[in-house]
Amino acid sequence: MQMPCPDAKIMAKKAQVVQRLTEVLGARGVIHDPAETRAYECDALTAYRCPPLCVVLPATTEEVSAALRVCHEENVPVVPRGSGTSLAGGALPTADSVILGVSRMNRVLEIDTDDRIIRVQTGRTNLSVTGAVEELGFFYAPDPSSQLACAIAGNIAMNSGGAHCLKYGVTTNNLLGVTMVQMDGTVIEIGGAHMDAGGLDLLGVICGSEGQLGVVTEATLRILPKPEGALPVMMGYDSAEAAGACVADIIKAGVLPVAIEYMDRPCIRACEAFAKAGYPDCEALLIVEVEGSADEISYQLDTILKIARAHDPVEIRAAQDSDEAARIWLGRKSAFGAMGQINDYMCLDGTIPVSALPEVLKRIGELSDQYGLGVANVFHAGDGNMHPLILFDANKEGDLEKCEEMGADILRLCVEVGGCLTGEHGVGVEKRDLMSVQFAREDLEAQMKVKDVFDPKWLLNPAKVFPLDVSEGRRA
Amino acid sequence: MIRPASEAELAEAVRAAHGPISVRGGGTRGPLPAGEALTTSGLTGITLHDPAALTLVARAGTPVEEIEAALAEANQRLAFEPMDHRGLLGTNGTPTIGGVVAANVSGPRRMQVGAARDHLLGLRFVDGEGTIVKNGGRVMKNVTGYDLARLVAGSRGALGVITEVALKVLPGTETCANLVARGLDDAAAVRAMSAALGTPFEVSGAAHNPHAEGGPRTVLRIEGFAPSVTYRCKALAERLAPHGGWEIETDREAVRAEWRGIRDVAPFHGEQGDVWRVSVRPSQAADLVARAGARRAYYDWGGGLIWLLTAEGDDLRAKLGRYDGHATLLRATPATHAKLHTLQPEPLALQALTRGLRETFDPRGILAA
Repeated sequence: MQMPCPDAKIMAKKAQVVQRLTEVLGARGVIHDPAETRAYECDALTAYRCPPLCVVLPATTEEVSAALRVCHEENVPVVPRGSGTSLAGGALPTADSVILGVSRMNRVLEIDTDDRIIRVQTGRTNLSVTGAVEELGFFYAPDPSSQLACAIAGNIAMNSGGAHCLKYGVTTNNLLGVTMVQMDGTVIEIGGAHMDAGGLDLLGVICGSEGQLGVVTEATLRILPKPEGALPVMMGYDSAEAAGACVADIIKAGVLPVAIEYMDRPCIRACEAFAKAGYPDCEALLIVEVEGSADEISYQLDTILKIARAHDPVEIRAAQDSDEAARIWLGRKSAFGAMGQINDYMCLDGTIPVSALPEVLKRIGELSDQYGLGVANVFHAGDGNMHPLILFDANKEGDLEKCEEMGADILRLCVEVGGCLTGEHGVGVEKRDLMSVQFAREDLEAQMKVKDVFDPKWLLNPAKVFPLDVSEGRRA
Repeated sequence: MIRPASEAELAEAVRAAHGPISVRGGGTRGPLPAGEALTTSGLTGITLHDPAALTLVARAGTPVEEIEAALAEANQRLAFEPMDHRGLLGTNGTPTIGGVVAANVSGPRRMQVGAARDHLLGLRFVDGEGTIVKNGGRVMKNVTGYDLARLVAGSRGALGVITEVALKVLPGTETCANLVARGLDDAAAVRAMSAALGTPFEVSGAAHNPHAEGGPRTVLRIEGFAPSVTYRCKALAERLAPHGGWEIETDREAVRAEWRGIRDVAPFHGEQGDVWRVSVRPSQAADLVARAGARRAYYDWGGGLIWLLTAEGDDLRAKLGRYDGHATLLRATPATHAKLHTLQPEPLALQALTRGLRETFDPRGILAA
């Protein structure tokens, strides 16, 4: 993976840039000592690191505007950062860039349960948004697995999803309005506590633009009343085909579970060794969760169990109470930690049409043999979002490169069967150079034209999303 | 009338255009832009329906009716229940799925399941220079690159001509029922609807008609499996007791017909005057209606959407003043449309972005002129 060469002119005027930023933010809002900027050298894609020129931590929208105006005038690239949990390198700096972190802006500005909205500063973490409304009987639906740490700013930048998207949608379906600062310092308000745009759906294109169109400082989010209850059922199968057919039949029967999770044998074994959730040793494990009152849950579970039994399961276990529910989820929720204990791994994020699941799993198995690297699959089966974990040894020469090549092959496969490169993690730098696999030059051109309008100088997070050769004429 | 038979022909027609072109699907949804007529009615057909993946892909000119029929066969539906504008606007074409997406047309269920744009998985379009662009895809979770699909959805043809759409569909509902309260004033009705929408009982419609036959009528819709509908109606009626007396109506066909009427603004059919559609923060809705001084009003989306029937040429936006939301002029004479603007004028900074996007996708200014 390549990043553009840092601009020597910018590197040479670091002192001046720092001084101007300090004038508008105060010393507390600017970090420039190399010992301290190191903390910002990477996000959760830790394979790539580069300390930034400096870091700014504004406390208000006005300060964000002032800081961006300085960088705009000085022609310094800016990399916005939420909590730094991106798995795609969305917050990876270049040496000539200023990191703009929103972490100091984490207040709740308004809660209105009548209008079913919450307005927050975007440095607030995802889980603490739900935390702020939980006692009132509400929750914020998108639930990426990093929700304890990840910021709403990053959720909006990446249009984050989670395990419950099948029913509740992803960030873009739950975002009603934003306050955003453009690269030249202009502050704009889009949307609010009402629904839908009166003109162009600018909110729609801002969400998921990976911090390349502006810095979102405040957000109005839709909150939903908490369901009366939820219970999962777990079922094991001897083949991916049987599990896939079971999922298809559940959906075709008109039941809409809130989550359908899929794990394959390597993943089941690792989770079982780690969490002792009592999973059967089988080829494919499904966890299906439904919501409602006690009676509604049992009615839906009956329908699901009838379908599940028709596909000859190895084992079926329906949770009767919250303890059993927790045990069923325990293994799945510790999947990434369990894999991390036994191996280094790279987590992919491609999406495929659900019907292609058996074929894709088979071909991932073939790639695994071909590259000599193990793969464990965790999968949001309801919405087709795969998370293959490729196992490698970071200390072994060449293993990371081999792992990346294999990852690229898996993502090409996702596109080939009608899917996409990334379902919820974003492109960042990680999938940047594969964009041409999914998109024709004209498709990328149309996307870049949007950035031209919002950020004509291409200073916001410029080395991400688009392959460097494709964006070359546009970047400074 | 230009009637391309393929996406390639459509792109060629746009490239060859010398002046403004007036793009339309069925032409049922209100004022058409000036210019040479170009219809997508030659681009038809469902190209993919994968019931197990809850996915449908269709060419833009495919009639909505055809899509709804195909989905019904698999016991599925377009959950955002797009409005049919013909009764309100007196148009008589065939509504197309491209038109639904281009105008982001949704119905009463929008507040629970999202708008047309929320069900859009991807699309293909031809921009103002005749370039074919694809964005999104056919899978439910996709954050690969910018979300142009949502930008183009609802752009009313200003950024390009949609040629194909991929939509998320949902299972059909086994049955439905209404909870009805009579005689609530507007403010009380909005409070009751908010209370209902704050319960876990998944209210999928919440409307209030102050001018209904026999007095104000507040209606809440519950849908799902039969035992679940029965349970939720009862639980909801109990929860809403402080907001009035609620009757449960279980005649499925009558319930469906009433919501079709709400969706299509039936109370205003055949009535003289301009029609406005106002998206608003629900808690401001009753005040807004009081300020509007309209001939008639009714509320959908639990108060989040207000339909207003006003005197011809009345500048509603001036009367409404400041509020959280926007007003679209949906039915009026061409002169009133020209004078008052169809869409809510945007603040200057947003105008600049809108203009910039239109210029970049349509540098010759031939679309939606």
